[in-house]
Amino acid sequence: MSSPTTVEASSKLASKCPSGPLAERWSKHRFELKLVNPANRRKFHVLVVGTGLAGASAASSLAELGYSVSAFCIQDSPRRAHSIAAQGGINAAKNYQNDGDSVHRLFYDTIKGGDFRARESNVHRLAEVSVNIIDQCVALGVPFAREYGGLLANRSFGGAQVSRTFYARGQTGQQLLLGAYSGLMRQVGEGQVKLYPRHEMLDLVVIDGVARGIVCRDLTTGEIKSYAGDAVLLCTGGYGNVFYLSTNAKACNVTAAWRAHKRGALFANACYTQIHPTCIPVSGSHQSKLTLMSESLRNDGRVWVPKAKGDTRSPEQIPEDERDYYLERKYPSFGNLSPRDISSRAAKQVCDEGRGVGASKMSVFLDFRAAIERDGVDEIRSRYGNLFQMYERITGEDPYRVPMRIYPAVHYTMGGLWVDYNLESTVPGLFVLGEANFSDHGANRLGASALMQGLADGYFVIPYTIAAHLAGRKLGKISTSHDEFKRVEQGVRERIERLKNAKGKRSPDSFHRELGLLMWDKCGMARNADGLREALVKIRELRDAYWQDVKIPGDAAELNNVLEHAGRVADFFELAELMCMDALHRNESCGGHFREEYQTPDGEAKRDDANFCYAGAWEYAPESPSGKVGWSMHKEPLVFENVKLAERSYK
Amino acid sequence: MSSSHDTHASHAAAPTHEKKHLALTLHVWRQRAATSEGKFVTYKLDDVSPDMSFLEMLDVLNERLIANGEEPIAFDHDCREGICGACSLTINGQPHGFERETTTCQIHMRRFEDGQTIYIEPFRANAFPVVKDLVVDRGAFDRIIAAGGFITARAGSAPDANALPIAGDVAESAMDAAACIGCGACVASCKNASAMLFVSAKVSHLALLPQGQAERSRRVLAMVEQMDKEGFGNCTNESECEAACPKGISVANIARLNREYLRALACGD
Ligand SMILES: Cc1cc2nc3c(=O)[nH]c(=O)nc-3n(C[C@H](O)[C@H](O)[C@H](O)COP(=O)(O)OP(=O)(O)OC[C@H]3O[C@@H](n4cnc5c(N)ncnc54)[C@H](O)[C@@H]3O)c2cc1C
Ligand code: FES
Repeated sequence: MSSPTTVEASSKLASKCPSGPLAERWSKHRFELKLVNPANRRKFHVLVVGTGLAGASAASSLAELGYSVSAFCIQDSPRRAHSIAAQGGINAAKNYQNDGDSVHRLFYDTIKGGDFRARESNVHRLAEVSVNIIDQCVALGVPFAREYGGLLANRSFGGAQVSRTFYARGQTGQQLLLGAYSGLMRQVGEGQVKLYPRHEMLDLVVIDGVARGIVCRDLTTGEIKSYAGDAVLLCTGGYGNVFYLSTNAKACNVTAAWRAHKRGALFANACYTQIHPTCIPVSGSHQSKLTLMSESLRNDGRVWVPKAKGDTRSPEQIPEDERDYYLERKYPSFGNLSPRDISSRAAKQVCDEGRGVGASKMSVFLDFRAAIERDGVDEIRSRYGNLFQMYERITGEDPYRVPMRIYPAVHYTMGGLWVDYNLESTVPGLFVLGEANFSDHGANRLGASALMQGLADGYFVIPYTIAAHLAGRKLGKISTSHDEFKRVEQGVRERIERLKNAKGKRSPDSFHRELGLLMWDKCGMARNADGLREALVKIRELRDAYWQDVKIPGDAAELNNVLEHAGRVADFFELAELMCMDALHRNESCGGHFREEYQTPDGEAKRDDANFCYAGAWEYAPESPSGKVGWSMHKEPLVFENVKLAERSYK
Repeated sequence: MSSSHDTHASHAAAPTHEKKHLALTLHVWRQRAATSEGKFVTYKLDDVSPDMSFLEMLDVLNERLIANGEEPIAFDHDCREGICGACSLTINGQPHGFERETTTCQIHMRRFEDGQTIYIEPFRANAFPVVKDLVVDRGAFDRIIAAGGFITARAGSAPDANALPIAGDVAESAMDAAACIGCGACVASCKNASAMLFVSAKVSHLALLPQGQAERSRRVLAMVEQMDKEGFGNCTNESECEAACPKGISVANIARLNREYLRALACGD
C-alpha cells in the first residue's frame, strides 16, 4: 500500500469509497446501497440541470426507473448541449481488438494519465462500467464505425497503447448525445420528464442543510422562477470559458456550479485545466472561440517544426533532415500520441524557442504527407474528411496539400465540485455529474474519457447512488412557497438589478476577454508563483471595475443575451480568483498544472507526492463586512493501494 | 523563466494586416418579440477582416451597438463549429447562406466581397415562430422526436455491442442519416415549410439499424402525426431542403420515409 502523504484528512470530505479488493468494490457498494421501492419512486422529484451526456443519460435513466424528473438547459433544445461537439471518440475496455486491453489496463492508464491525482475506487468503477456504455449506446441506435464484417471498429487515442476508442466518424459526441437525447425525449413524451429549455439555473436552494430546489431565469421571458425537488443533479459541464478563448461552446459556463459552491458545495482542484495540443491557431483579435482538431488526427499526422530558429521557408522547402519531429524524438514510445498535457507543453516549448511556424510563429505543423503517401488520399479522406474540411473553411488552407498548423488551446477542466463516491457534493442532496465534478481524471484527462465519464455517471452510477439519499434521509414535503425560495429568488433579482444598474461603459464581452487573457497568461499552460500573485491582484481589480463599469442594454424582462453573458462573466471572475489560489497553493507540477518552479532538468513535470498527494477542496467563506472574499482549504488524501506511484513517463 | 507573454501574444492577435478588410452594408431583421412587428434595419461596417467568421462579424457589430447604448442583435449560436445546430440565419435569402454544406457559424468573411450588401433574417416558417430578432423557436422538432424518434433501451438491459454485427455499409448509411443537426434549414428553405427531410433522416437512421426494427412502424406513424400537428407543410419534391442542408442529408431519405409510412400503414400497426 502506498500512501505517501502525511496530509491530514478533512472531516468534511468523507469519500465513502468502499474498502476491499478494488475490482469488487463497486458491486459490494451497490449491494450495500439502499433501494427505493418502485411504488415510491414517482413520489420523488429530481431536478436535473443540464442535458449534455451526463444530464440526458441521468434524466432518462431516473425517469425510466420511475422517478419524476424535471430537466433544464440553456439552449433551445437539449440536443444542443456542448457534448454534441465532441469529435474523436469514447473509450471502453472492451478488448474487441484482442490487443491486451482490460478493465485493469484502462483503470491504470487513467490513473497514470491523471498523474496519480484521482481516486482509485472511482477510476476503477469508471473502467468497469465503460463496457456497458458501449452496449447501451449501440442499443439506442448510435451508429458507431464498424469494420466491413460488421464488428465495431476502434482507434487509438493519446496516452494509450491499445485501440479502445469507439467512434462515429468525427462526430462521436453528436451521436452519443443524440442517443441519450432520444432516450430523454421518449421520457418527455411519456410525461415522466418535464423539460425546461432556455432556462438558466441562477441559484441553489438549500433548506435544513439539504438541496431542495433551484431558481432559474426563463431566458425567453426573463421571469425568475423556482423549482422544488427532493434532489438536485448538476450536470452543467466545464468552466474552460473562464479563459474566454477555448474549444468550449460559447454558452459553457460555471454559474450553476459556482452558485452551488457559494451555498456550501466545496470546489476541488480548480487549477487543473487541460490544454489541448491540436487546435487551430488564433487568427485575429476578433477571435470568439477556438476550434479543436480532433486528437485522432495524431494517429496519422506527424507533428514537427523546423530545427532552425526563425526558419521562414514554406514547409515543402524544408528537407527531412532539417525538421524536428519533436514528439517522436522526445517520447519515442508514445510519439505523436503522447498525452495532451505533455504534447501541449512540448509545442509551447518549441514556439518559445523561436521555432514556431506561421505568420504569428505560434503554431506547429501537423503533417499528413507520410500518411497520404502510405494509405492514399481517399483513405485519409475517409478517416478525417470532415475535420480537414473544417480546417480548410476556417483557415483557407488545404491540409491535403500543406501541413495543418496547430497550437494548444484550453479544452477541458478536470477540477469541479467535489463529490464523494456516490457523486454527492458536500451539500446533501446535491449531486454533480460529468465535467462539472472533479472526480475521475485527476490532474489530466485522457482523450475520449470525458464522454465515457459523463455516460458512466448518468447511466450507471447515479441510478443506484441517488437512492442512498432518497431512501436514507427523511425528506419532508417542500414547495416553492417556502420562505427560503422567496429569499433566494429575491437575491437573484437583486443581482440582476445590480448588473443592469451599473450603467457603465464596457460590454461584458470586453471584460471577459480581458480576464481570459490574464488567465491564459498567468494561469495557463505554465504558471509560476509571481505570475499567480500578480494575477490575483489584477483579477480583483478587474472584478471591482466590472461591477462599476459594465453596460447591459435592453430589458431584463425578455430575451437578453448580454444580460445572460454578464451573469456568467461575474461568476468567472470569482472562479478565476480561486483557480489562481489553487494553482499558487499547489507547489508541484502534475498533469495539466505545470508550475515552472517544479520541473525536472529536462523540463518534465515534477510531482511532490509527499506533500501534495491529495484532492484540494475549497470551502467558500462568505464575504465579510470588509467585502473580502475568502476560501479555506480541505484535503482529501489520495491513497494508492493498487498502483505504485511512479514518475509519469511516456519515453 | 516565464515565457508566457509569448503565448499571450498568440492569444491576442496574429497578423491579418496583409489582407484587405471589407466594407459591408447589412440589412438585419429586428423584431422585439414574437408578437411585435419586425423590420430590416441597416448597419454599415467598414473594417471587416476576411479571417472573421460570419458570427464574429455580428459580434463586432453588436459590440458597437452596445457601445452606442443600442440593443444588440439577438441570434442563436453555441458551438460555432457546425455541429450543435443552434445558428439559424437566412443570409441573402438562403438558410445558412450560399455555401454548400456549411452552417452559418462556419461561413468566413473571405467569401464576401468588398462593398457587398447582405440581408440577414431568421429562419422563417410558421412552425418556427420568431422569439426575438433572429432567434426562432424550434421546439416543434423536439416534440417530433418525443413522439417516436427513439429506440427504447433501458440502461442495463443491452446485450453485448458486438453480439449483433451490422455490416459496415449499413452502419455508414445509418450514420449518413444520423448526421442531421436539427437546425431547421430544411424547413426554412422549403416553400411549403415542410419538415420531411428532418423527420425522414431520423426515421431512416433508426429503420436501417437492426436495433430499430421493433418500433419501426409505430415510430414512423407517430412522428408523421406529430409533424402534421405542428403545422409543417407538405413535401412537393422541390429538393430545396437537400440543397440547404448543412450536413448534406439526401432527399433519398424522404423517399424512404414515404415507403416506411406506407409499410407501417399496410402492417396496420
Ligand atoms: C471540441 C471538443 C471536443 C471534445 N471531444 C471529446 C472526445 O472526442 N472524447 C471525449 O471523451 N471528450 C471530448 N470532449 C469533452 C467532452 O465533450 C465534455 O467534457 C463532455 O461532453 C461534457 O459533458 P457534460 O454532460 O458534463 O456537459 P455538457 O455537455 O457541457 O452539458 C452541459 C449542460 O448543462 C447546461 N447548463 C449549463 N449551465 C446551466 C445553467 N446554469 N442552467 C441550466 N443549464 C445549464 C447546458 O445547457 C448543457 O445542457 C470534447 C470537448 C470539446 C470542447
Ligand atoms: S453554432 Fe453550432 S452549428 Fe452553428
